[in-house]
Amino acid sequence: MKVVLHRRYRFSASHRLHQAGWSEEENRRVYGKCANPYGHGHNYVLDVAVSGPVDPATGMITNLADLDTFVEREILAEFDHVYLNEQVAAFRSAVPTSENICQVVFERLRAYPHAQVESIGMEETGANSFEYLPDRT
Amino acid sequence: MVYVTRKIEFSASHLYHNPELSPEENRRIFGKCNNPHGHGHNYVLEVTVAGEPDPRTGMVLDLKELKDILQREILERMDHRFLNYEVPELAGKIPTTETIAMTIWNLLEPRINDRGQGRLYRVRLYETPDLYVDCLGNGP
Repeated sequence: MKVVLHRRYRFSASHRLHQAGWSEEENRRVYGKCANPYGHGHNYVLDVAVSGPVDPATGMITNLADLDTFVEREILAEFDHVYLNEQVAAFRSAVPTSENICQVVFERLRAYPHAQVESIGMEETGANSFEYLPDRT
Repeated sequence: MVYVTRKIEFSASHLYHNPELSPEENRRIFGKCNNPHGHGHNYVLEVTVAGEPDPRTGMVLDLKELKDILQREILERMDHRFLNYEVPELAGKIPTTETIAMTIWNLLEPRINDRGQGRLYRVRLYETPDLYVDCLGNGP
């Protein structure tokens, strides 16, 4: 039976949507107010989904304490209360849209040893949400 | 294909304890969920049925019928119960969100699928707003 455990985490961070190789007009046209040079912030909600066999001894796919510790160390410690563009290395080269944040988070979490990471969801605001499902081939 | 979802809530208590493990092991693995007196949650259950709408009614299934199935199979069994001791399907199991979601799937699948219209697609069970489990059966 396919069972997927979802755990939600929160972090607050600022970012700016801006491509260094583009003119200011082009950045303003594509990213609108998200290109504001001083940046702006969001309360992000991260949804980490993992799957795997349910251990009959524990009733669990993975122990939540293990997952929480891993996500805290790999993501929240570095992403919470920072300016993503400057303080998370991956976003010096990739614009920190929520689409890109999802993929960066997946790449960092895929090594989780106790279950398979199925998908990464991100709510940038209550109105805008994103989900990354890696291709399984 | 159209997916129809109905949401219900139930409140129940549980505890996590494996009698084959030592008290220390139980505390290490299950933490405060191992409290012998139990603790409770307001569970939120979303049941999704997939199917093609009946051309006569425009419906995949009558939601009233689904409401009645959920009342009989889930609420009467689990609402305001101590899951470990009062729900026979969970006896001897650790009633984690995973286990409860799978148990709900097994209770609902025949009731929904045997009607001949629509098939159970997903059971989503929230233990809290930040912890939920999807059960997808054996997949599409």
